[in-house]
Amino acid sequence: MTRYIIRRILQSIPLLFIISLILFLLLNNIGDPLTMMGGRNPTRPDDRARLARQLGLDKPVTTQYLYWLIGNDWTMIDVDGDGIPDIPGERLGVLRGDFGTSIVTRGKPVSEIIWDRIPNTLLLMVPAQIFILLFGVIVGVYSALRQYSWVDNAVTTLSFVGFSMPIFLIALLSIYFFSVLFQRWGLPNLPANGMFDPRVGKTAGQVAKHMILPLFSIAFIDIARYSRYVRSAMLEVMSQDYIRTAKAKGLKRYYIIFIHAMRNALLPIVTLVGLDLPFLLAGAVVTERIFAWPGMGRLFLDHLQRADGPVVMGIVMILAVFVIFSQILTDIAYAALDPRIRY
Amino acid sequence: MSVLDTPVDAKIPDIGLESPPLSLSEMAWRRFRRHKLAIASSFLLLFLILFTFGGALIYSEADANFNDTTKRLQAPTAEHPFGTDTIGRDILARTIYGGQISILIGLTAVIVQVVVGVIIGAISGYYGGWLDSLLMRITEAILTIPTLFLLLVMAKFFSGKVPDLNFFGRTFSGSVVVIILIIGLTSWPRLARIVRAEFLALKENDFILAARATGTSNTQIMFKHILPNTVAPIVVTATLSVAGAIIFEAYISFLGMGVQPPTATWGNMITGATTYIEYAPWLWFFPGVLILLTVLSINFVGDGLRDALDPRSRPE
Repeated sequence: MTRYIIRRILQSIPLLFIISLILFLLLNNIGDPLTMMGGRNPTRPDDRARLARQLGLDKPVTTQYLYWLIGNDWTMIDVDGDGIPDIPGERLGVLRGDFGTSIVTRGKPVSEIIWDRIPNTLLLMVPAQIFILLFGVIVGVYSALRQYSWVDNAVTTLSFVGFSMPIFLIALLSIYFFSVLFQRWGLPNLPANGMFDPRVGKTAGQVAKHMILPLFSIAFIDIARYSRYVRSAMLEVMSQDYIRTAKAKGLKRYYIIFIHAMRNALLPIVTLVGLDLPFLLAGAVVTERIFAWPGMGRLFLDHLQRADGPVVMGIVMILAVFVIFSQILTDIAYAALDPRIRY
Repeated sequence: MSVLDTPVDAKIPDIGLESPPLSLSEMAWRRFRRHKLAIASSFLLLFLILFTFGGALIYSEADANFNDTTKRLQAPTAEHPFGTDTIGRDILARTIYGGQISILIGLTAVIVQVVVGVIIGAISGYYGGWLDSLLMRITEAILTIPTLFLLLVMAKFFSGKVPDLNFFGRTFSGSVVVIILIIGLTSWPRLARIVRAEFLALKENDFILAARATGTSNTQIMFKHILPNTVAPIVVTATLSVAGAIIFEAYISFLGMGVQPPTATWGNMITGATTYIEYAPWLWFFPGVLILLTVLSINFVGDGLRDALDPRSRPE
């Protein structure tokens, strides 16, 4: 097992290397971040040249990638362009935990910018995942136990609607219904954007209230998907011989369902959760945009649109590491839960 | 008419025992027919295609882009059944032309996906070795980056680099080509893996050995002998991918980084609508529901096709 884990970790190194290379080549050509740096006036040509040299943007892509990877504190930077090196480089490189500095927000470290936003995204995503899991299992098990009943048929149809639903449609519909129409009808209505009412301040109650609609939108789509997986897993387990044996022994129905069937049916769901968790972080891009939620997705969009390579690179690399990490963790969890699996 | 004139067959009561063996396509059709929702969805899909492509006979593209600023944000009326948008364009006409672009993007992106995915999967599975390892690492790399993030980075990368194109007397914004390209280029890994797995299993068969013994070239073996056996999973995956491509186009365009106006797509029609949720729900309702219906019906058809062509591959 330990050997397997070590092998997986070693395998992920070239993978991350390829990912970073692909992304770096793409992000190197997404636009000119220096245009915005003059503030309201266009950047002056000589400022531009100086900034490019200072930020290392005048170097070839390979050198820039190298700087990104291992830093440039071992070289000197020629800031004024007279051929004589002036100041030592200060970047440490990703391998030493330095994601560089943002170009848009003038030298603020990328890691700091991202860390500021991660809690907000997690605040939305962790409860969302819990809801999805909880309701996905309840709905899936219920409809499996009543296969082909009208409830089951309704759930199956609805789950197709759920995972065919573009997230902005469910978000807009829920805003229109719960916040616009409820207000019009004089009912207690839900806030549709931001994290808190600025007049009240960032209190727990306010944040919770602002979370409801984005949570609902995210959960709606994934509950649909999860319930389908749970349903088919549960159906398969319920037709196994050992369940028939349990029934023949005269065990109580709830005992069979909860102790014998569900434990095995939920095993594949572990994989699903593990593989989905990082993508949930990613799925927030559209939701965060609609609900003006200050999370990672919005950070990504804002900085991508302003061609801020280092921040975008940082976000996607952190996500990629997270994806790989949770894949390995999923495999370990699966092996721990299912004694039939040996690595 | 004497007894002898009637064909012998007619005297045997048809109890289903003597019916000729069903061909593969007949069997597939029988299984598909049982999936009632898939049948209903086929009709819905047909209707949506008629709506978007037939609608072009009633509204010209100029109607879709014509703006009358005196009629901004009008609620649905007889003249404008779906209302008008922020600069006074008719939303019905725009959903028709936007739908054409959205559906075309879905279909062509999947063509790109299938071509790339099949070639990479085939080479990887057939040759194996270092080529396989290299291709599979790249596949894995693309699968590891959350798709929407990769799509947005690529959209930014390609934006403005493709000129407008003329087809069938219509001008297509370069951004349409960009979207097709990036969706195609990010969605092939899953298909490549499926094709690779099929190739790995199929290449061990005796008929491949026979083909090799008769001196058939590798390309011939790959694409004439093995590929036809992998059509079922490819068709199923491709169908479901059309739905995925339409959704991704809608997301990218919704975020303002996809197809640029005046070319309409269902996604970019909703872009500014978040500001008008309250005052003009028709702005986002009609394109949104059309995306939902299209994606939903494609998913049902894909599900039916899976039952029909590839019954064992149901995800359990």
